[in-house]
Amino acid sequence: MNQTPRSRVVSAVLTKDLRIEARSRVVTNQVLPFAGLIMIMFAFALDNDDVLQRVAGGLIWLATIFSLFVIVQRSFAIDTSDSALDSLRVAGIDLSAVFLGKAIALTLQLIALDVVLIAAAFLLYQVQVSAAGLVLLVTCVICATTGLGFVGTLYGGLTAGTTGRETLLPLLLLPVVAPVLIAATRATEAAFGSGGAATSEGWAWVGLLTIFAAVFGIGGSLAFGPLIDE
Amino acid sequence: MQNAGFIFASYVLTIGAILLFAVVTLRRAKESAKLVEDKNKPWI
Amino acid sequence: MKASQVNTGVSLKMSQSSQKFSSTGTQATRVIGVLAIVVMAWVVISGLVFTPADVVQGESVRIMYVHVPSAWIAYLAFIVTAIASSFYIFAKRHSLGFDRVAGASAEVGVMFMAITLITGSLWGRLTWGEFWQWDPRLTTTAFLFVTYIGYLAVRRLDGSIEQRARRSGVIALLAVLEIPLVHFSVVFWRSLHQRATILDPNGDVKMDGLMLFTLFSGVVAFTLVFAWLVLHRQRTMLLSDLSNERGLDNAILARQSENASN
Repeated sequence: MNQTPRSRVVSAVLTKDLRIEARSRVVTNQVLPFAGLIMIMFAFALDNDDVLQRVAGGLIWLATIFSLFVIVQRSFAIDTSDSALDSLRVAGIDLSAVFLGKAIALTLQLIALDVVLIAAAFLLYQVQVSAAGLVLLVTCVICATTGLGFVGTLYGGLTAGTTGRETLLPLLLLPVVAPVLIAATRATEAAFGSGGAATSEGWAWVGLLTIFAAVFGIGGSLAFGPLIDE
Repeated sequence: MQNAGFIFASYVLTIGAILLFAVVTLRRAKESAKLVEDKNKPWI
Repeated sequence: MKASQVNTGVSLKMSQSSQKFSSTGTQATRVIGVLAIVVMAWVVISGLVFTPADVVQGESVRIMYVHVPSAWIAYLAFIVTAIASSFYIFAKRHSLGFDRVAGASAEVGVMFMAITLITGSLWGRLTWGEFWQWDPRLTTTAFLFVTYIGYLAVRRLDGSIEQRARRSGVIALLAVLEIPLVHFSVVFWRSLHQRATILDPNGDVKMDGLMLFTLFSGVVAFTLVFAWLVLHRQRTMLLSDLSNERGLDNAILARQSENASN
């Protein structure tokens, strides 16, 4: 069978997902305000500047993970609504390429979200970052969102088109993303120097994030096809 | 026996949970066995 | 379990008189069931009465005889689930029998894991003074528990039996990837932060011969219980899968005959 090259499928799916976002602006108009609200609500709940500065890293990543659920669900709701995923299968397209395309699109959206959340942490929680810390922070965001993009797409595909997915997805995803929450929080804290953490401590955590992204990138590419294939 | 409450509680809970699982499984087996032909029960 | 013995005896007689065989019991499960009851009774009596109290932990060490075996069997159950799922997914002929064993084993594993967590926190309250410690082993165990609750939820999703088998099989294999990552990150997390000084429940126990033997009997008893429950549960699952299918077929037939008569 004469198949479309993988790279073209990946970029087609990627541009499709980003174009949907560019036209509907759901992430910018709904998910971003939602994540920003979480940051403000945390400030209400904790009600202490020192505590907020200390836990800022964790709050950024919790807000990211909550937003991840929303974005993933929406992304797959669009794909399953007009049996778009089924059409891709009928077209005989390599589903691991679809997986990669969707995962990269999700990662890019999460990166955009995190940039805003980190800016909000600077404004609301008065965190500070050094030049070395900034390098660590950027690397951490890229590695963590890549991992989240892979697992999010994988589990989103698993629950796509089933009833009760809104409640099932967080139950399945939260335990899986726990390592990302732990590692990204520690790395971000090291970058902010919260609690007297040294910047150098953060790099080991970035290593863990990279392993996580690699494991679920490979696992997801292999598993996504059989999952979607009915 | 010291701390007898905690110790008995853990034994009772363990055995109780196992018994409950067993009873529920057997009851469900009995109900659904009525609906299925014997030729579909490979363990007979 | 005693009820089952009575039960299966009655049903055998009934099946001879042209009634359907109304249980999932066989000679083998009956033997396993009786053995499980006998060994379990010995564990309870020996654990509560015969074994001595520990020098360090005192009487609370008796919780060990149910806590440690249930933890081991929970892990064994999840290993069985992973192996059965990989057989289902990677074998050429996708045999649904493996899926049922995986599902049954996961259900039993979740039950044993719940027992482990509750008896463990009772024991922890006695030895540490706290119900919970953020120790890597405890935290990983809690994550394992939640992961398999999610696995069972995936099994209950709507769709065909094949879909259930494929989805849950993939989840079971992903759990094998996930658990080491969770464990490693929690170990790492704890090692960088101040370590709580924990009295390890198992570490400080000086075991004499009878204590070791009772613990070993506990593992044997729980393994027998596990085997008995999984055998019955996976047969029940086959029955309910079949009766669900049949229920649908019957409904379609009934509707068709209704339409034909109109």
